[in-house]
Amino acid sequence: MEEKKTAWERLQIIHAKGRPTVNDYIPLVFTDFYEMHGDRLYGDDKAVLGGIARLKNMPVTIIAQVKGRDINENKACNFAMPHPEGYRKALRLARQAEKFHRPVICFIDTPGAFCGVAAEERGQGEAIAKNIAEFMTLRTPIISIVLGEAGSGGALALGVCDELAMLENAQYSVLSPRGFASILWKDASREKEASEIMMITAEDMVRLGVAETIIEEPLGGAHNDLDKISENIKEYLSYKIPEKCKKDIDVLLKERYTKFRKIGEFIE
Amino acid sequence: MFEDFFKVVKQRFNDGIDEDEHKIVKCPRCQNNIFLERYEELHRVCPNCNYHGRLSVSERIDITVDKNSFRELDADMISGNPIDFPLYTEKQQELREKTGLKDAVVTGTAEIKGSPTVIGVMDSRYMMGSMGSVAGEKIARAFEYATENSLPVIMFTASGGARMQEGIVSLMQMAKTAGAVKFHSDNGGLYITVMTDPTTGGVTASFASLGDIIIAEPKVLIGFAGRRVIEGTIKQKLPDDFQLAEFQHEKGFVDMIVERRKMRSTLSHLLKLHGYYPQEKEV
Repeated sequence: MEEKKTAWERLQIIHAKGRPTVNDYIPLVFTDFYEMHGDRLYGDDKAVLGGIARLKNMPVTIIAQVKGRDINENKACNFAMPHPEGYRKALRLARQAEKFHRPVICFIDTPGAFCGVAAEERGQGEAIAKNIAEFMTLRTPIISIVLGEAGSGGALALGVCDELAMLENAQYSVLSPRGFASILWKDASREKEASEIMMITAEDMVRLGVAETIIEEPLGGAHNDLDKISENIKEYLSYKIPEKCKKDIDVLLKERYTKFRKIGEFIE
Repeated sequence: MFEDFFKVVKQRFNDGIDEDEHKIVKCPRCQNNIFLERYEELHRVCPNCNYHGRLSVSERIDITVDKNSFRELDADMISGNPIDFPLYTEKQQELREKTGLKDAVVTGTAEIKGSPTVIGVMDSRYMMGSMGSVAGEKIARAFEYATENSLPVIMFTASGGARMQEGIVSLMQMAKTAGAVKFHSDNGGLYITVMTDPTTGGVTASFASLGDIIIAEPKVLIGFAGRRVIEGTIKQKLPDDFQLAEFQHEKGFVDMIVERRKMRSTLSHLLKLHGYYPQEKEV
C-alpha cells in the first residue's frame, strides 16, 4: 500500500510529462473508433474530441478534452482549453447519441475553458451554460471520468452526468490552485498552499458528493502502466454503463438532477 | 441632461456648500465626477455616459415591483462552510451585519403592474455577488417554486462568478441552477434574465445565459473570463467597450438593452405578452 499523497504531490503527477491523455486510452479501452468533427455552426475545435466507438460490443459516444503529449500537439489542441465551438461540438454529439440511444462517455481533462477575445465574442459563457442545462435532461446515460485536471465551468460543461469517476490522482476544482491563490491572496506563488486547502482530490470529491468512484492508478501514477490503467477504466465503464442503461430513463434523469441538487451547505 | 448638470452646479454655487460636504463619485465608465446626491436621484445612472451603476437589492426591488407586493422566499438561509475555508464563517457574519443581507441573492414573489412573477436579485456588495451554496439553493428553489405555481421568473444578475471560498461546491451550484432553469423551461415557464453590472464567470456560464429573453442594462460588464485574465493571455490591452452590454448585444448574446427608467414597463409588457396578466384580487 502506497503512502497517502497530498493534493500537491498528486498535482505534480498529473502535470508531469508522460501523463496519459485520452488519445492514449481510446485504442486500449474502445474499438471501432470513428472521430467526428465540428459544431456545424462555426468550426472544429481540436481541444474537444468526439466520436463513436464500441465499448466491448456496445456502441457508445465519446466526448473528451484533449491534452497534447508534446508542445506541437498542445499547440494544436490549445492545451485542452476549449473555445465555444468545442462545447457546441460536444452538445451536437451528445444530441446525436440521444437520438440513437447510445450512452455518452465524457473524459474531462482541462485547466478550464479558454480565456480569450474570440472565445468571449463567440459566447463562452453561453456555450457552457447551454451544455450544463442540456446535459441535465439528455435522455441517455452519461458517465464522466476526470483523467487529470478538471478546472472550473470549462470542465463542468462535460461534467453533468449520472456518475462521475476520478482517476486516483485526478483533481477537480473551481479554478486552478494558481488562479485561486492569485485572486484570493493576490499571490500566485502560494499555489501549493492553495492546493492543500481547496479540497480538490478524488477523495475530496467523493466526500463532497461530486464524484462516486475513484479509479485506481498503478503505483506512482497512470504513466507507469498504461495497459493497467486502461484496463481499470474499461472495467469500470463495462460495469457501470449497462447498469445505467437498465434504468428507466425518467428515473435516471431524476437521479441526475438530485445528484447536483443536493450539493451545498447552508443553514435555515 | 445638460440642464440637470447645470442645475447641480448652480445649486452648489447658490448653496455655497464646500466640496467636502458634497460627496462626489466617479463614474467607473467615463470617469466623470458626479455628485452622489444627484447620482442617487438618477437611480445610479451616470448623466454623462449612461452607465447603469450597481444597485442594492432593496433599491432594485423598490424601482421594479409594485409597492408592498414583494414576499421574500427563504429569507433566513445562511451559508455553511463546506470546505472549512479559513475565516469564511467569520467573514460572512461580518458582511451580514454590514449589509443587512444574508447572502448575495434575494428571491421572492412580487407583482409588476399587477402581473405575478418570481423574482431574484443579486447584490454585488455581498462578496462580489458570488454564487455559493446559498445562492445556488435559493435560485434553484425559486425556479422550482415558479414551476409548481406556473409563474415566470425574472433574475437580476450581478456577480463575479462562483464563490471560491466554497471550492468545488460553488462550481456545482452552476449545475444546480442551470438544471432548475431547464426543468422550468421544459414546463413552458417564461424566464427573463436582466444582466446588470457585473455579470461574469460562473453566473454567466450557468443560469444567467439561459433566459428565454436576455435584457441588459446599458454599459454594464457582461462576460465569462475576466478582462485582466484575457489581457494577460493576449499580452495586449483590450478596447474599452470589450464585454460591455453593447458588445454582447452586437455579438448576439443579449436581446435588448433597456434603460433603468423603462425596465419596469418593459418587464410588465413582456409578462403580459406571455399571458401573465394581473390577477383578480379576492376582496
